[in-house]
Amino acid sequence: MIGHNTLIVLLGCAALGGASGVVGGFALLRGRALLADAIGHAALPGVVAASLIVAAFGGSARSLGPLLLGAALSGWLGLLALRALTASGRIRQDAAIGVVLSAFYALGTVGLSIAQAMPNAAQAGLSHFILGQAATLTESDAILAGALALGCIGVVAALFQPLRALCFDEAFARSQGLPVRLLDLVLLALLLAVCVAGLPAVGLLLVVALLIVPAAAARLVTQGLPALLALAGALGAAAGAAGALISTRFENIPTGAAVVLVGLVGFGAAVTWSRR
Amino acid sequence: MIDFLRLDLPALIAAILAGGTCGLLGSFLVLRRESLLGDALSHAILPGIVVGFALTGSRSAGPMLLGALGAALLATLAIGWVRRLGRLETGAATGLVFTGFFAAGLVLLEVTDARSADLDVDCVLFGQLETLVWLEATGLSSLFDPAALAALPRQLGLLAAVAVVAGLAVALFWRPLQLIAFDPDFAASLGMRVGRWELGLNMLIAAAAVAAFESVGSILVVAMLVCPAVALRLMTDRYRMQVLGGALLGAALGALGVLLAGPVPAALGLAISLNAAGLIGTLAGVVVALCLVVRAARVSPARLGRAERPLP
Repeated sequence: MIGHNTLIVLLGCAALGGASGVVGGFALLRGRALLADAIGHAALPGVVAASLIVAAFGGSARSLGPLLLGAALSGWLGLLALRALTASGRIRQDAAIGVVLSAFYALGTVGLSIAQAMPNAAQAGLSHFILGQAATLTESDAILAGALALGCIGVVAALFQPLRALCFDEAFARSQGLPVRLLDLVLLALLLAVCVAGLPAVGLLLVVALLIVPAAAARLVTQGLPALLALAGALGAAAGAAGALISTRFENIPTGAAVVLVGLVGFGAAVTWSRR
Repeated sequence: MIDFLRLDLPALIAAILAGGTCGLLGSFLVLRRESLLGDALSHAILPGIVVGFALTGSRSAGPMLLGALGAALLATLAIGWVRRLGRLETGAATGLVFTGFFAAGLVLLEVTDARSADLDVDCVLFGQLETLVWLEATGLSSLFDPAALAALPRQLGLLAAVAVVAGLAVALFWRPLQLIAFDPDFAASLGMRVGRWELGLNMLIAAAAVAAFESVGSILVVAMLVCPAVALRLMTDRYRMQVLGGALLGAALGALGVLLAGPVPAALGLAISLNAAGLIGTLAGVVVALCLVVRAARVSPARLGRAERPLP
């Protein structure tokens, strides 16, 4: 039997998976999906800094809001660093992603070792941000992450036509007078929001899979963008809910790992289906 | 002095060897535009290490190295399959494969007995430079005492072996590797089997990643592979400078990180000790940022506009 709290957490993870599928669909088409890897890792120092600051002011280091805000800020800094590297004209995006994700993550682990030395144990629970642990989410945490995810879906729905033009034919979008740079920024912001919302449940190491796997599976078996996004969203939601359920049943298994493996089963099914 | 020998020297040697080896090989990844492969291999070896450990029940280097190399080979092949069957670009296919391998490794770590032994998740995530100790050291004379030397942490042996192999391979195949790195098409036209060379290079990188994995952790292997190479790439066009400079910078970062994390604050009487592996990665990022600034100051805007326009 599923308890009330578990049900809320499952729904939150499903919303998160759905939003990742939809945003991941656009990101994959635009060749941006791997940025989620850099954002996820770059969020760690922000999470640690936020928890240290909150603890210094006597607040509860477990409240999710400030931690996610810190994650978003340092994730954004990571994206800026990435742009500075690629703008040098010398470093390609793949190498820049490697530099940003490893250096920011390293800074985060140094921060964690400082937090561990703090008397009030500010670091308690922070390691869940690395591997994800849906089972430890409170009801309000799940609602916050779920609401953030639903908000992303809402933005995609509102901007569907311009985003479609951006991802399929940038020149066409420009000729229509669409603000291409602004739309690109919106897509990055959506990517950032989904990654940050996914941190507490799926963890920063594997959040990138949630953006790639459902979208990649859906692209194999659908024709047309609306169908792709719908299937990617549905697959993501199913993987999110199933992964969370598995990790609440077997508490040793990190949620992120369970979500990724469930999603990969879906990808395998899509490959088989597409080769019939 | 005794404390330094016992507690700090093993970590210092491990960091220098890991940083030097990864820094040496990383240049080939960055020059071949395969930096993501470093990311992928350092994650994908986890299930191999766990299986190697679970099958033999021992933490000896052999089975773990074999398992890890097997996993690395499988992951490299899987990226090709996923690209073809899933009709994906390389980056997305790489992301899909390595997250899948890493997730499988995490689950295997929990369901096998590996966790109850000392192969735990923290070692994967943060590295365990601090746990490398040499308690048998009794003084400087221990450095020449075979019995005491035999009690050095076994990770050092693996790191040293891989460092020697990598150094020899790069020295022996200096010219072919240069061709592969800068102009694989030309290399192929000369009759070189580029695919095999690349596979061999990837296996060498996987071996370096395995050896460094235990001491600096999975993600910091990426820092050691990519950051020194990128820093040199920003500063030089010359092959020799790029490759040897990368190795030197990696080793220096390793040494500096370990010293700044523990011994230096302790010598100054400060009661802090930081995660050494994390500090190495942070310093590597700082060096890349400095190189970026120096380069921006050196390259005038006019020249940038003409010859080195940023890629779109």
